[in-house]
Amino acid sequence: MMGQHTLEDALSAPSEAQSSPVLSVSKLGRQFQGRWIWQDISFDLFPGDRLAIVGPSGAGKSLLLRALAGLDSIQSGQITFRQRPLSAFAMPQFRAQVMYLHQQPALLEGRVESNLQHVYRLAIHRNRTYDRSRILTYLSRLGRSADFLERSVEQLSGGEKQIVACLRSLQLSPQILLLDEPTASLDKATTEQLETLVAQWQQTDSPKACIWISHDPAQIERVTTRTLALSGVRA
Amino acid sequence: MNSHYLPIDNGQLALAAALIAINIGLSLGLRLGLARKLGIAALRMVVQLLLVGYVLGWIFALDNPLWVLLLVFMMSAIAGNASVNRTRRRFPSIYWNSLVSILAACGFVTGLLVEGIIHIHPWYDPQYVIPLLGMVLGNALTGTSLALDRLMEDLVSRRSQIESLLALGATRWEAANETIQEALRTGMIPTINSMMVLGLVSLPGMMTGQMLAGVEPTSAVRYQIVIYFTLAAGTALACISVILLAFQVLFSPEHQLKLERLRKIDV
Repeated sequence: MMGQHTLEDALSAPSEAQSSPVLSVSKLGRQFQGRWIWQDISFDLFPGDRLAIVGPSGAGKSLLLRALAGLDSIQSGQITFRQRPLSAFAMPQFRAQVMYLHQQPALLEGRVESNLQHVYRLAIHRNRTYDRSRILTYLSRLGRSADFLERSVEQLSGGEKQIVACLRSLQLSPQILLLDEPTASLDKATTEQLETLVAQWQQTDSPKACIWISHDPAQIERVTTRTLALSGVRA
Repeated sequence: MNSHYLPIDNGQLALAAALIAINIGLSLGLRLGLARKLGIAALRMVVQLLLVGYVLGWIFALDNPLWVLLLVFMMSAIAGNASVNRTRRRFPSIYWNSLVSILAACGFVTGLLVEGIIHIHPWYDPQYVIPLLGMVLGNALTGTSLALDRLMEDLVSRRSQIESLLALGATRWEAANETIQEALRTGMIPTINSMMVLGLVSLPGMMTGQMLAGVEPTSAVRYQIVIYFTLAAGTALACISVILLAFQVLFSPEHQLKLERLRKIDV
């Protein structure tokens, strides 16, 4: 198929990693029921970047992250991943690299570990295998033992669920993580654990980028270096 | 049909109507509040059936394939419409999806039945085609409306799970798979359940009818078995078709869940 570039093509492309943005957004616009939620959003995300999206409620921060993850359609503008437009990728390939974490984690019934293993059944991840020792390394840094993997999802607190959802994504080594207020309903200790987890992922192997939505200025200060402000209601 | 068959005249119909009058009397006496609804339902049933009797008699007499096909299409359209009307949500092309699925699935299995299995002549003989199609349609209608309703409700209630899977790189098919299986299972449950207890708890209407008309029970049973295979096949095909068409509408080729295309209806 002409014009169809796979992710492998993109990965094997000459390395201009440090100098060129991994994700580019140009003049993005989102319309909902005939009204523009936001318009003309442009920014570049470089490897190693930690970007915050801030703005009042209703400014469309979540909608922006969802659009970046390809979960919603955009009505104008373009998203480019590794110098290629989103349309050049099969969506599952793109999403395996640019992962969105929901504010409310949705897990499957059953044990923590079966949730972590389940994603390897998806066609896009089928060539990889579940790495238990890697998960245990992550868990030990959070002060948790292998017993955590045996626990039933129904018994977990909201914060523990969010940690499972985060581990589920991180084990797949995405290049970009889109975090939609992941700590909004978590206590201080769990919030710090989750921040640690993301920071550790970001430092492994090649530099990775993340975008956070948060209402907590102190957290924004801790976890991000740049800020994109959405103004909210438009004329 | 043989000589055992006893026709029913108008006086006998009136006597049977007295049975419903007993119910209405009880409802009034005990203040059950059913009298009005029961009366309307009984009246509708009488008017609809008498009309259908005349229309069918007329079409049987015409013996023209075009009229038979027209009736087939009308019956399918009514079934497709009724199937959607029992669901709690709508998407823009839902009526077309339902009509196409029901018409194609029921037309196909009824065609196979009358041409390939029973071998009727001529192929459009309304005495066979119309009642057989009617039974297949009625069953498919129940199945598709249950399956569609279940699919739409589950997509809404399981939205975050489905979108989590999509966000992890699942294709739309992988993300929807469980929901689709559940919807198809729901659509097939009445058919499977009724086959399970057939003959033990209930005697199917067609078999009963044939026996009343004087057919040997063993022959009537054979007919009923053939009919049930056809009903089950038609319902399964119609359910699969309507669910796959709905899937195409509610998930975009970019692997997005398009719940904004769903609209809730006040039932």
